Amino acid sequence: MIRRETVMIKNSLDIAADTVEMTLHNSYLSKNAIPGQFLHILVEGHTLRRPISIADVNNEEETITIIFKKLGSGTKCLSAYEIGMTLDVLGPNGNGFLLESKDSTLLLVGGGVGVPPLHYLGKKASEKGVEVVSILGFQNKESVFYEEKFKQFGKTIVVTNDGSYGERGYVTDFVQTIGPFDSYYSCGPAPMLHALTKKLEGHRGYISLEERMTCGIGACFACVIPTSDQLSYRKICADGPVFSAKEVVL
Amino acid sequence: MMDLSVQLPGLQLKNPIMPASGCFGFGKEYSQFYDLSKLGAIIMKAATGEERYGNETPRVAETPSGMLNAIGLQNPGVQKIIENEVPFLANYDTSIIANISGSSIEEYQFVASSFNQTADVHAIELNISCPNVKEGGIQFGTDPLMAARVTEIVKSVSDLPVYVKLSPNVSNIKTIAKAVESAGADGLSMINTLTGMQIHLPTKMPVLANQTGGLSGPAIKPIAIRMIYEVKQQISIPIIGMGGISNAEDVLEFLLAGADAVAVGTANFQNPFICSEIIDDLPTVLQKYGFSSVQDVASFAKRGVTI
Repeated sequence: MIRRETVMIKNSLDIAADTVEMTLHNSYLSKNAIPGQFLHILVEGHTLRRPISIADVNNEEETITIIFKKLGSGTKCLSAYEIGMTLDVLGPNGNGFLLESKDSTLLLVGGGVGVPPLHYLGKKASEKGVEVVSILGFQNKESVFYEEKFKQFGKTIVVTNDGSYGERGYVTDFVQTIGPFDSYYSCGPAPMLHALTKKLEGHRGYISLEERMTCGIGACFACVIPTSDQLSYRKICADGPVFSAKEVVL
Repeated sequence: MMDLSVQLPGLQLKNPIMPASGCFGFGKEYSQFYDLSKLGAIIMKAATGEERYGNETPRVAETPSGMLNAIGLQNPGVQKIIENEVPFLANYDTSIIANISGSSIEEYQFVASSFNQTADVHAIELNISCPNVKEGGIQFGTDPLMAARVTEIVKSVSDLPVYVKLSPNVSNIKTIAKAVESAGADGLSMINTLTGMQIHLPTKMPVLANQTGGLSGPAIKPIAIRMIYEVKQQISIPIIGMGGISNAEDVLEFLLAGADAVAVGTANFQNPFICSEIIDDLPTVLQKYGFSSVQDVASFAKRGVTI
């Protein structure tokens, strides 16, 4: 159930170029958030909340970790909040990733700030004994984060567009090099998801989408996406953000 | 306990607070946060004759003290709203107002008569002011003759009271207000959003796929207050006021300007509890400024002692 909660900032760290990792303390959210869900965060001086995906949950410490890029006024303002300050948060929002019970190998494909929700998913899958293979794409060396964390789950390939770190190219260049897997889970920029779902057409896959949101709870119809049959639509905030790769038009 | 009740044509409101059309869906999502029976009324998202998909995304953009939206009247169509949405809201002890829109007089007529046969709908808000659809909507709201015509037609097929929602995107809102009053409107609802645009610097293109959108939020509040104040002097039908209301003080300001009840829109997006919180806060604010009831404020505003 979505609740409005006050969270306390326990830690805030620059982990890559313009990329901030924030650890938030809140008992309810840490107990209830599942991978793929997001927090809808109110930032001082801004009309609209910012939807930011959950990158990790620590049950013992009752914390939730978010990772965001300082791209616009809202995220810049959020990054300026200091340790000890509180935030007004709606959460956990959205449906989240579901793990297929029979799957023994998963492929995670993340691009940029699409990487964080896959981290919590990878952690959960790995705890269940599922083999996790990850391909993480970033613009350049300065943008890379969480490589070591994903390596704890299994084989991890880091790709940079300019080749300044890891492999050069796009994540889609490497999906056929990693061997067999049961399902893939992906989050990243729309062109990446488009190319990836096309390349992995025969596979079972799940994608997490982003869009400019308003209410974040399914009431305002700001973040809709047409279904593949073009006959209907889904609300990204409430029906998603996770969809089956075949469900919606990218 | 302070008397917050307001009597309007067709509407016995326990308090003057209602969520504005388009900012509350059909109530379901907000019912997880508080008991909707607390609300004076609920104005449903706009209904059209057939299902509408709406505009391409992005449909929203944040602006200083506000936001632009160009949803494009996405809705499942009047029949599905009557079948699936009205029964849910009818479980609550609150008035239901159906916002209706269309691309033609015939469509408005069809939607209005459909709601007229629905037991649980208490009033119609006639939307002649949506800035985000290519056909219909605003064209009826910018021409006094067209506005009067569509009001008359809807009145002719509806036993329900009709509140005409006015557009601020006109050179003289008083002319439109007088025209729809003469055509038989039972009340006015004002203001809808102001047409605006935002350009995304990296792409040098409008942010919204529809290019333009409707500006709402605190940024437009002074315009709404001014327009309600001006229109109130010219008409004798009640006004449901809206435009950037975010707290109980704002409500009092609207009531003083001449509104009889108010709708809260954009603020629901920032705080889903806002209508409930405003209802809780209103008695204290009224008392602070020397009022003993909502009716007391209305009488004061009518006397025009200070404004």
